[in-house]
Amino acid sequence: MSAGSRARAVAWIFFAATQTVAGAEIPLEERRSGYEFMSRDTRAMQDDDATNPGVFWVLDGEALWNRKAGAAGTACADCHGNARVSMKGVAARYPAWDAARRRPVNLEQRINMCRTERQKAAPLEHENRDLLALTAYVAHQSRGMPITIAPDKRTEPFLNAGRATFMRRQGQLNLACAQCHDERWGKKLAGTTIPQGHPTGYPLYRLEWQSLGSLQRRLRNCMIGIRAEPYPYGAMEFVELELYLMWRARGMKLETPAVRP
Amino acid sequence: MARAVVKLPSTVKRGEIVEIRTLVQHAMETGFRRTQLGEVIPRNIIRTFVCAYNGKEIFRAGLHPAIAANPLLAFTTVATESGTITFTWTGDNGFSVTESATITVE
Repeated sequence: MSAGSRARAVAWIFFAATQTVAGAEIPLEERRSGYEFMSRDTRAMQDDDATNPGVFWVLDGEALWNRKAGAAGTACADCHGNARVSMKGVAARYPAWDAARRRPVNLEQRINMCRTERQKAAPLEHENRDLLALTAYVAHQSRGMPITIAPDKRTEPFLNAGRATFMRRQGQLNLACAQCHDERWGKKLAGTTIPQGHPTGYPLYRLEWQSLGSLQRRLRNCMIGIRAEPYPYGAMEFVELELYLMWRARGMKLETPAVRP
Repeated sequence: MARAVVKLPSTVKRGEIVEIRTLVQHAMETGFRRTQLGEVIPRNIIRTFVCAYNGKEIFRAGLHPAIAANPLLAFTTVATESGTITFTWTGDNGFSVTESATITVE
């Protein structure tokens, strides 16, 4: 190796080790749902409501929607009526701006706000079965509808913060979300194909979990995977990340309840 | 009360092979897992599934701890006569769910 090429090689290694993630976002027309990376069997499982276990949570959610709860003795249906009409398209625009709190809130937080403020009931914990069921039922009403995170000056700083989190290297493995899901999607991480990480089917039934789970549960999994300390459930960082991920998936169709391996 | 979903065609021709799909809501807790404090989580699984066609048993399955949560069972039968197909899941802690579907044979 000549001195010149060695210097170039050293310089390249130095460059590779110090560069920040470039943040090359996936072009809109190249975006693909995690569904398209799944095996034929798993796709068939999701497509048929007689084999998709997520349907159980949707059915449970429907029962909860009509059940009176809390000191106020009201059911979701008492205010919102028929969810098939009133909740159509709602999940497609969450996380959404909450004027009272002056920050975006996700669907689970919105449901809990309704519980505490209108129903006068105790809030449900994250990953609580009833909260997952209600979220799945509400999100299910938007199945097949495109994600529509509208441009909004108020949510923009939160969206930008979410993007920054997505691009930032973190954890002992020093990896950013973008390094796998923007730059290396379609390649292999051990035996599995790396998807693009679009939140099109949450809450979803993950075969690994043997259960339905929220987007935040999935994000915590990824953070543990890169050996970072995951944010607690309901952390602002997660809501910002959810907002960015939904914006990143704008126009893609919701699949709730999706099935993933 | 656990939920069950059953799918089969409502109308079939005589002698036709019919695919039946069943899905039941159950955690299928293996009995081998422990809590974070080290206590064994007791086993809670479905033990038996029975399908009867007009009262006559046509399919039976024994379920074991390694079977996934919300077990999905798909099997076939030959359509012989119109009537009712019943599905029964029984298991630990007195678990019992029954579902039925009608089939019309032309």
